[in-house]
Amino acid sequence: MIKDYEMVIGLEVHMELATETKIFCSCPTTFGAAPNTHVCPVCMGLPGTLPVLNGKVVEYAIKAGLATNCKIANFSKEDRKNYFYPDLPKAYQISQYDLPLCEHGWVDIETGDGAKRIGITRIHIEEDAGKLVHDDEHGTMIDCNRCGVPLIEIVSEPDMRSAEEAEAYLRKLRATILYTGVSDCKMNEGSMRCDVNLSIRKKGAKEFGTRTEMKNINSFKFVVKAIEYEYKRQVEAVEKGETIVQETRRFDPDSGKTFTMRTKEDANDYRYFPDPDLPPIVTADETIAAYGRDIPELPDVRKARYIKEYGLSAHDGEQITADRAMADWFETVAGRTKFPKLAANMLLSELLRLTDSEEFVCPISAEKMAALCDLNGRDVINSSTAKKLLVRLWNDDVDPAAVVEAEQLAQINDAALLESEIRNAVAANPKSVADYKKGKKAAAKAIVGQVMKVTGGRANPVKLGELTEKILAEE
Amino acid sequence: MSELVNRTLKDHIASLSAGEYSSGELTEAYLAHIEAKEPDVGAYISVLPDTALAMAAAADQKRAAGEPLPPLAGVPAGIKDNICTKGIRTTCASKMLGTYVPPYNAHVVERLEANGYVLLGKLNMDEFAMGSTTENSAFQVTHNPVSLDRVPGGSSGGSAAAVAAREAPYTLGSDTGGSIRQPAAFCGVVGMKPTYGTVSRYGLVAFASSLDQIGPITQTVEDNAIVLNAISGHDKRDATSLVWEKTDLTADIGKGVRGLKIGMPKEFFTEGISGDVKTAVENAAKIYEKLGAEIIEVSMPSIPHALAAYYIISSAEASSNLARFDGVRYGYRAENFADITDLYLKSRSEGFGKEVKRRIMLGTFALSSGYYDAYYKKAQQVRSLVADDFDKAFAACDCLLSPVAPTTAYKLGEKSADPLEMYMGDAYSVPVNIAGVPALSMPCGVAPDGLPVGMQLIGKAFSEPLLYRVGAAFEQTRKGV
Repeated sequence: MIKDYEMVIGLEVHMELATETKIFCSCPTTFGAAPNTHVCPVCMGLPGTLPVLNGKVVEYAIKAGLATNCKIANFSKEDRKNYFYPDLPKAYQISQYDLPLCEHGWVDIETGDGAKRIGITRIHIEEDAGKLVHDDEHGTMIDCNRCGVPLIEIVSEPDMRSAEEAEAYLRKLRATILYTGVSDCKMNEGSMRCDVNLSIRKKGAKEFGTRTEMKNINSFKFVVKAIEYEYKRQVEAVEKGETIVQETRRFDPDSGKTFTMRTKEDANDYRYFPDPDLPPIVTADETIAAYGRDIPELPDVRKARYIKEYGLSAHDGEQITADRAMADWFETVAGRTKFPKLAANMLLSELLRLTDSEEFVCPISAEKMAALCDLNGRDVINSSTAKKLLVRLWNDDVDPAAVVEAEQLAQINDAALLESEIRNAVAANPKSVADYKKGKKAAAKAIVGQVMKVTGGRANPVKLGELTEKILAEE
Repeated sequence: MSELVNRTLKDHIASLSAGEYSSGELTEAYLAHIEAKEPDVGAYISVLPDTALAMAAAADQKRAAGEPLPPLAGVPAGIKDNICTKGIRTTCASKMLGTYVPPYNAHVVERLEANGYVLLGKLNMDEFAMGSTTENSAFQVTHNPVSLDRVPGGSSGGSAAAVAAREAPYTLGSDTGGSIRQPAAFCGVVGMKPTYGTVSRYGLVAFASSLDQIGPITQTVEDNAIVLNAISGHDKRDATSLVWEKTDLTADIGKGVRGLKIGMPKEFFTEGISGDVKTAVENAAKIYEKLGAEIIEVSMPSIPHALAAYYIISSAEASSNLARFDGVRYGYRAENFADITDLYLKSRSEGFGKEVKRRIMLGTFALSSGYYDAYYKKAQQVRSLVADDFDKAFAACDCLLSPVAPTTAYKLGEKSADPLEMYMGDAYSVPVNIAGVPALSMPCGVAPDGLPVGMQLIGKAFSEPLLYRVGAAFEQTRKGV
């Protein structure tokens, strides 16, 4: 049943632009200020005030467009989206309707099914609304600090067919925008939010089904959960012979379910029209080209280079380049060691486990990390020692080579020494030997483990394995 | 010193600077005159004696200290109540903003303050500048000082009446479709709708953003140029504010009209125009010919469509501009409401007057999905056609001469029952706003019933110096009439 259907997903992503001031006034955009302290008559929408477009907003939006392969409009305009809500002081949001700044772009994603290109319909600029704060004592209060904070809305084509693709798209989009520096994309602070449009259809069908929209989901995990739930809900509904209603649904993170917020019938007629307070946005090709020169090497280009220069796998390359700070750090390490693949492995499998921060912050200097990789790569220490040293380095700024020497952590490569330890272990574990002889090859691992224990994990694992097999075979 | 109030702005500037009287004395004279006239005229929503006297004292102090003073220093003025004055109630003549006190000054108010002006008070108007009689004020009726049973025109009726009643030497009004020019014509004073973008709209409570423009109302043409000199100029807080090389707007006054071509667009003299108005404007044309100008007839075929386009565009913009008055943050809030939708509904139903609600509904409809192309988009196309017609006309002549309104001031209550008839009265004034060009409204004669008739001189963008020159040449011929 469920396998007869496929889901069709389009995403609308809002990102807060990292400008110092708001889109139409000079109030600061910093997060977390006391309510209604970053406000002025303009962003409060007081009678008689007028918006003046912050040029940085256009620059940043165009950079986001260039980074996602969009065509940039030389002529664009701002429109009013009219609706009443207490968090919207002017009762209209200044946004863009039919002439957005950027159109027809794409990003490439990598999933278990391989590579795929996801289309971007448009990117437009708009102002954020305020925040309603509910409180039992005072009722509902309005914080206007966010009013006029500049946003871009990135609208994708309905190109995604699974939650995995949607997540990969979001991660790639986030990585790409982070590289440009035009947004900090902090989902926990609301500077990146996602609306999911989802419909289902029978596999092989050409027509799209009726879609529902789930608004303002603020983590990758919730996006995946919302998609999974909504897909199942729609399939079950259709199987029961029900029709899907075009509606806006709310995803509840606690229950993992989605609920009807409003149907198409209650949908606003926003009565878009060009904002008469704002002249058109005219951007010359030279200006667009100049913005383009500010954009650094983007994740996909870096990834290709890492695969070629450092021999990384596509998967590792994708993961490392997903975060610009991580890629920058990796690249410095890779430039100082002969063993960049080891650096990549340790980074992805060990280092990332040491922190739960959303941003990549690493206290280990590139020099020391490179030294550690060299010690491991040149067989001076084995990988288990390397992992332990990595944790040491995370906590203390020590010299890895000095620690190896002082604490005698060097790998034991001496065959005679290893053989003697293996024989001791064999003598002490007759059961393992017996098992081995019965054909349980895995029993060798018990011997290896015993030797590792005795040597404090310093035995060269490759040699130890070979010698153990050899000695057990002789028994 | 009651005769003081009959003097022109130019006279006051000269007398204050010569020390003939102080700003304090002048301000007291106006305040006394206001007190005497207001029961009949009702031009002011707020009179501010304390503020005015304090500002006058400051100007006098500066003068005594020998500081170099700008032209308007120490001269009192009145300001239309849709222009924000910091710390001073700004109501837009609406119950919605009956107690609203702005925390900031409009750009024009900053300019006047920098000039050391004296604020006498805030002037009555049609609610949110929507109307042609000032009868749509939520607070009071303003009477035409020339004939008290007649309307002063609108929406800047208080601004025009105050100057006509000598309750201020000059006032500021705003003009979206004739709101400075028509009341100036009805009250027999001089009003200018400047080139769109030359006077900042920052702090003017918006009615229709693409049409609104602040301008002066004065007794004489030269006074008008003096005030516009002070309030015009680029303002970076208004994105529609223009950057241009500003010149002294009084500079060409006195140069006469010899050799100038003045066009009379026949579409401005069509049916509906009263005989008295037609005769007076045609007489003015004859006077211009005598003064050496050439009068030519021009045709502007799109003009008859301008009125419809105006009402669609202005109402559409107004429906959005006035949406912020929702009873949530400031202004009128209904007392009993069930939920947020009910709060909006009741606050707006009770807070806005009939005409404002009519325009909001009209504009909301025009922008609605499915109707946008037929109304708003079409109106914008008409707008370009009208602008083209003006361009063509100005290729053939230096400026245009037309009536301001089809009639002279009518009786209070006469037309308030029929909004469409009222809208028709804007037919000659709205094309100017649609095209964004400047136009000067000034008295050109008196009808047999004693009511003033206004004429309108329309020029291309930035031609204010020419309009003042042409206006002053005519005014000169009427001295002592």
